[in-house]
Amino acid sequence: MKKQATRDAYGQALLELGALYDNIVVLDADLSKSTKTVEFARAYPERFINAGIAEQNMMGMAAGLASCGKVVFASSFAIFATGRAFEQVRNSIAYAKLNVKICATHAGITVGEDGGSHQSVEDIALMRSVPNMTVIVPSDGISTRQALFQLYQHEGPAYLRLGRPAVPQVHDPELDFAIGRAVELRRGKDLSLMACGIMVSKALQAAEILAAEGIEVSVVDVLSIKPLDKEMIISKARESGALLTLEEHSIIGGLGSSICEVVCEYCPVPVTCLGINDLFGLSGSPEELLQYYGLGVEQIVEKARNLLKKK
Amino acid sequence: MRRIGEEELVLTSEKAGIIRQEIIKMLGEAGSGHTGGSLSAADMVACLYFWEMKLDPKKPDWVDRDRFVLSKGHAAPVLYAALAEKGFFPREYLKTLRKLGSPLQGHPDMRQLAGVEACTGSLGQGISWAVGMALAARIDKRDYRVYALLGDGELEEGMVWEATMAAAHYRLDNLLALVDNNGLQIDGKIAEVMSPEPITDKFAAFGWNTLEIDGHDHRQIMEALNSARSFKGSPTAIIARTTKGKGCSFMENRVEWHGTAPNREEVEKALAELA
Repeated sequence: MKKQATRDAYGQALLELGALYDNIVVLDADLSKSTKTVEFARAYPERFINAGIAEQNMMGMAAGLASCGKVVFASSFAIFATGRAFEQVRNSIAYAKLNVKICATHAGITVGEDGGSHQSVEDIALMRSVPNMTVIVPSDGISTRQALFQLYQHEGPAYLRLGRPAVPQVHDPELDFAIGRAVELRRGKDLSLMACGIMVSKALQAAEILAAEGIEVSVVDVLSIKPLDKEMIISKARESGALLTLEEHSIIGGLGSSICEVVCEYCPVPVTCLGINDLFGLSGSPEELLQYYGLGVEQIVEKARNLLKKK
Repeated sequence: MRRIGEEELVLTSEKAGIIRQEIIKMLGEAGSGHTGGSLSAADMVACLYFWEMKLDPKKPDWVDRDRFVLSKGHAAPVLYAALAEKGFFPREYLKTLRKLGSPLQGHPDMRQLAGVEACTGSLGQGISWAVGMALAARIDKRDYRVYALLGDGELEEGMVWEATMAAAHYRLDNLLALVDNNGLQIDGKIAEVMSPEPITDKFAAFGWNTLEIDGHDHRQIMEALNSARSFKGSPTAIIARTTKGKGCSFMENRVEWHGTAPNREEVEKALAELA
C-alpha cells in the first residue's frame, strides 16, 4: 500500500504551485527541512523567506506580504504556528482577512519522540475558534495536494493541518476536494465513523474488522473542519442513529466538538468522541503513542461496539 | 535629497496644527480614545504625509505608493486626521470615530478605511507587517518605502525585536522605523514600569542605522528623513524625543492622558490653545 506523509505532499505541491503562480511567497521558521518548504526554497530562493526561530514575526511578515498582493504559505510545527503565534494569526491575519495559508506540520502525537512540548493537541480547537479562518485537515497525499490547489484559489486566511509520519493513501486521485465538503469513503447503515487526518485510514481498517462481525459502518473523511459539511453530518446522523468521531487531537474543541455542535442542534443522536482525553503527549514511537492514547484500530472497534449499544 | 525650506516647514507646521485640532475634536466627539500618544506623534505624521511620502489619495491601492504603518495603533486619531487632511476620505467621517458602523474603528482597520495599510492595535505587530511590506517591495523590485511608527512602551514587546532582527538580517534599507519616545506608558513612566532603554543602542546593536531627534522639530524630522532615505544596506530607526500630549499644556507629559478623551470643557480649552 502506498504511503506518503502529508508534509511531503505539501512540499511537492508547493513546488507545483510555485511554478504556476509567481505571486506565491513561502515562509518558514527554521524548520524547512521538516516542513518540506525547503523544496520551494531551493527552487525559488527569491520567494522564500526564513523568519528564523521567530514565529510571531513570521506571521506578521506574512500579513505584510499578503497586504502587498502575495499569496503566502507560512509553515512551522502546529504547536508553534498556532500556539506561539496564535495572537498574530488572529490579529494580523484573520482579523485583516489576509491571503495567508498557515500550513503547519507535525500536528498531533505522531510527532513521536520529541515529546509533549512539540505535540499539538489543541491546534484545531484554536484555529476553528478564530473568525474568517478556514480549517482543513487532509488525510493523505492526494487530499493534501488538492487542498493546496484549492486554498491557493481561496481568497482569505486558512489553516492546513499536516502530520509527520507517512500515511496510507485513502483517496482516489480523482478526488474532487472542496472546502466545506466531507467525503464518504465507505457506506454502512449501522454506524458512522467521522474521522480526520491520520484517523481516516484507522477508521477504514476498523470498518473492515467490524464488517467481519456483521456490523456495517460508514466512514466519512471530514476534510473540511471549518466550514463543516453540515448536510453530510446531519444525513449520517439520521441514517446511522449514532456517530463515532475520530481525531488525533484533544476531544475538547476539535472535530468531535464541531460535530456535536451540529448534531445537538439539528439531529440529536448519541455521539462518542474518540481523541486524546485532555492530556499532553509523551515521547514514544508514533504507533505506540496512538495505542497509548486509545487511538489504535482495536480501540476504535471497541468504541464502535459500545456505541452501537447506545442506539 | 528633498528640499527643506521655509515653504515646506510652513506647510507641515500648518498641517500638524490642523491634525492636532482634529485629534481633539474627534476624541471629544467619541468620548474615548488615546489622546496623549496621538498628540505626541502629530509632528512626525505631518512631515511624513505632507513632505516625505509618495501618496495619491485618489489611488489608495496604487501599487508603488509608500506605506505607513501605525504600529502604535492606539494613536489612530493622528492617522485618521492626517488621512482626512490628505483627502483619503471626507473630513465628516472623523466625528464618527469609535461609533458602531463607523469605518474609523478604535484601532486602525485596513479593510474599512482607505489609506490605512494595516490592522494594528495589538502592539508589536505593525512593525512586523512593515518588514513584510519591505520584503514584498524587494521581491517585486519596486522602490516604494515603508514607514512604521512605534511607541516606546511598545518596544517592550518581544516581537518588535524579532522584526528588528529580521529587518537588519535582510538589509531592508527601504524600511524606516520611527519611535515616538514620549517616555510614558499606561502604568507610569517607561523607565519605572519596564525600561526599554537604551533605545538607540538597542537598534544599533541589532544592526540598524540610528538617528536621534527632537520629534517636534520639523527641520530635524526632515533632515533625519533625508538622511534615512539615502542610507544603504540597513534599515534606519529614528528615535524621536517627544512630549506626550504635546500642544495642550494641561495634557503634556501626564500619564493619565494616555487613554482618556477630553470632555467638552477640555476640548474647548485644548482648541483655544491650538488655535
